[in-house]
Amino acid sequence: MSFLEYAPAPESRSILSLRDEYGLFIDGAFRPGTGGGFETISPADESRIATVAAGSDADVDAAVGAARAAYDKTWSRMSGRDRGKYLFRIARIVQERARELAVAESLDNGKPIKESRDVDVPLVAAWFFYYAGWADKLDYAGAGADPRPLGVAAQVIPWNFPLMMLAWKLAPALAAGNTVVLKPAETTPLSALIFAEILQQADLPPGVVNIITGAGATGAALVRHPDVDKVAFTGSTAVGREIARAVAGTDKRLTLELGGKAANIVFDDAPIDQAIEGIVNGIFFNQGHVCCAGSRLLVQESIHDELVDRLKSRLSTLRLGDPLDKNTDIGAINSREQLERIRELSRIGEEEGATRWSAECEIPASGFWFAPTIFTDVQASHRIAREEIFGPVLSVLTFRTPDEAVAKANNTPYGLSTGIWTEKGSRILAIADRLRAGVVWANTFNRFDPSSPFGGYKESGFGREGGRHGLLAYLKSGAQK
Amino acid sequence: MTSNALEGVRGSRLAAVEVLGGVPDDVTLRRYLHGLAGVDAVGLEQRAAALGTRSIKTSSKAWALDRIVGLIDLTTLEGADTPGKVRSLVAKALNPDASDPSCPRVAAVCVYGDMVPDAIEALGAAHGDPDDGLVSVAAVATAFPSGRASLEVKLADTAEAVAHGADEVDMVIDRGAFLAGRYALVFDQIVRVKDACRREDGTSASLKVILETGELTTYDNIKRASWLAILAGADFIKTSTGKVQPAATLPTTLLMLEVVRDWHLATGERIGVKPAGGIRSSKDAIKYVVTVAETVGEEWLQPHLFRFGASSLLNDVLLQRQKLATGHYSGPDYVTID
Repeated sequence: MSFLEYAPAPESRSILSLRDEYGLFIDGAFRPGTGGGFETISPADESRIATVAAGSDADVDAAVGAARAAYDKTWSRMSGRDRGKYLFRIARIVQERARELAVAESLDNGKPIKESRDVDVPLVAAWFFYYAGWADKLDYAGAGADPRPLGVAAQVIPWNFPLMMLAWKLAPALAAGNTVVLKPAETTPLSALIFAEILQQADLPPGVVNIITGAGATGAALVRHPDVDKVAFTGSTAVGREIARAVAGTDKRLTLELGGKAANIVFDDAPIDQAIEGIVNGIFFNQGHVCCAGSRLLVQESIHDELVDRLKSRLSTLRLGDPLDKNTDIGAINSREQLERIRELSRIGEEEGATRWSAECEIPASGFWFAPTIFTDVQASHRIAREEIFGPVLSVLTFRTPDEAVAKANNTPYGLSTGIWTEKGSRILAIADRLRAGVVWANTFNRFDPSSPFGGYKESGFGREGGRHGLLAYLKSGAQK
Repeated sequence: MTSNALEGVRGSRLAAVEVLGGVPDDVTLRRYLHGLAGVDAVGLEQRAAALGTRSIKTSSKAWALDRIVGLIDLTTLEGADTPGKVRSLVAKALNPDASDPSCPRVAAVCVYGDMVPDAIEALGAAHGDPDDGLVSVAAVATAFPSGRASLEVKLADTAEAVAHGADEVDMVIDRGAFLAGRYALVFDQIVRVKDACRREDGTSASLKVILETGELTTYDNIKRASWLAILAGADFIKTSTGKVQPAATLPTTLLMLEVVRDWHLATGERIGVKPAGGIRSSKDAIKYVVTVAETVGEEWLQPHLFRFGASSLLNDVLLQRQKLATGHYSGPDYVTID
């Protein structure tokens, strides 16, 4: 027996008590939708998890109506201190039910349990704790004295970090005194529906948070709804553009957090073993389904060969498989559609002349899977160096000088994040100043904290989430009544 | 650099001169060691913590526990050590679990140099190579644990232990010299001690070089000291004496394993790693086993390439073994004190 074939260590699903069918969470209670239903499946084996309602225009209208009533009657009138109490309560219940939420997330999304357990769910609790603390201190948020909430926020979130994106959106909106209608992604509604139960458990006043499931049409109806004051969206740049068009000409406030094609810049004096870990974490974390993923590796030409060799041997140790197994490093691709896109762009990469290498791993018979892959000999003009793949695929490019590194890193329509690896502190500061990206990580990658603002330049969107800045997206100055 | 030491280098380790690109004087060593890629402390500790979250269950756990027993250097290094204490330690090494004769033996017993004859006598026919199911005798030497003595004293200390029949010598480096940047002095001493490990028949006791990482304090220093020790001829690099806190930690051991991996890539030679001190629970020890397997590969999990320097660890592993076999936990009175 090989020790490295660790015996299976699956997290038990028995902690979940799922319903067979879920309705829409409107005005504090679940009710059947009027737009039909759809199944949510586990991407790891394509098995059905539950049937979920698809919100119709009428359902959206009811949800916005409930949010408006709750805004007018309770939430906007409540003291910040009392709102904070609810948020603290939610944060604590998230911690208490952390294991259940992690299992649900991995089951529905396909991400490894070690990530949902150690990253996603703890950050969800951290986000609520952080903004709970802000609720009674809004005077210090930078929006002037006695700032006011915006009203009803329409929030549409993606499938890559279902619960974490929910927390990023809900926590600042609620702390600031807004009420919310939130639409989780079509393929990953499960954790949001369990979260609705947590809201009931926390006794949050009805209508303050409404969760309506559905596909693109439901989201479109929500952001177009005339009684919405604020639209917040995280997802693809294409959909972001549509939303911007739909919102144009109205007085709705808008924040968009869209795609990325982040450069991870490795200089020849980098702490090499940690840089390898950072590269792996940058692009293979969450199967590369990360908008700020370090999908373009810019490595100084003088260390290219050594670094690629080390990277390949490290990738060979990654374990792909059952997302619920505690030793899984790479889980399932979230949907067939996404898998097709990753395959398509990888095929194009090969056609364009890049050299493909994939880690050898056993691909399960059912479900959606893609082995960790790196492309070398990638040129800046290749599509795999330009387009967001949103999968476990890394494009390796080289540079010769710091100037060239900066020029190549910035040469993208996106600008969400970048990474710099060097032992020279002065170089980190100098380069970071010149990078056109919302987040610059130095000697690390994909680290998140509720106190740190996150958001993009250029086609990666506008507005910031997290920190004091994240609060400003949900407040207007007191003078602006 | 004395001519004797250079001879040692030429004899046993042409690789060093080749890797360094010159004779190992202060200038060459400094240039080489300070040219190594730096270590990012946060990243290293994160990686170690991630390896520590592996979930080792059922058959993997059973294998790991047995392997841990077989990799232990069961140690007593007290001023109060007596022949009786050493005999008791040896009895435990040979038969760790009184209730289970199938329990593997430990790899070695580790004692002060003057206790080596007692250990060998107590082991009797069971004294030998752990690869053959026998138990080795390791002796700490070179003015352990401080290393503050003249080279002559250190060499005499080593030679005596080897003459008494020690199979392995655990030496300490001169941390003062290392921190003062006198790399050639440290190098020279390791070469000379290695030389003193030679036996009359031409064979040699295995040399473990203790870096005392708790006194080197930075990961960059630990990385440089690891390379220095290997270049000078160490068969094993060992974290700590156990007399200084912090002793072995998972990030430190991971870093040393990475050095050993890189040395193997560069020269094809396999060097051993021994974390020592502070590893008390099976749970912790399994994290080390995982770290070894995922960093340098499973083939390193054998007595000539990996050891645990420990004393109280053994009983916790035995309790866990009993639990796996019987399904319930016993208690400290169901394993023997040595």
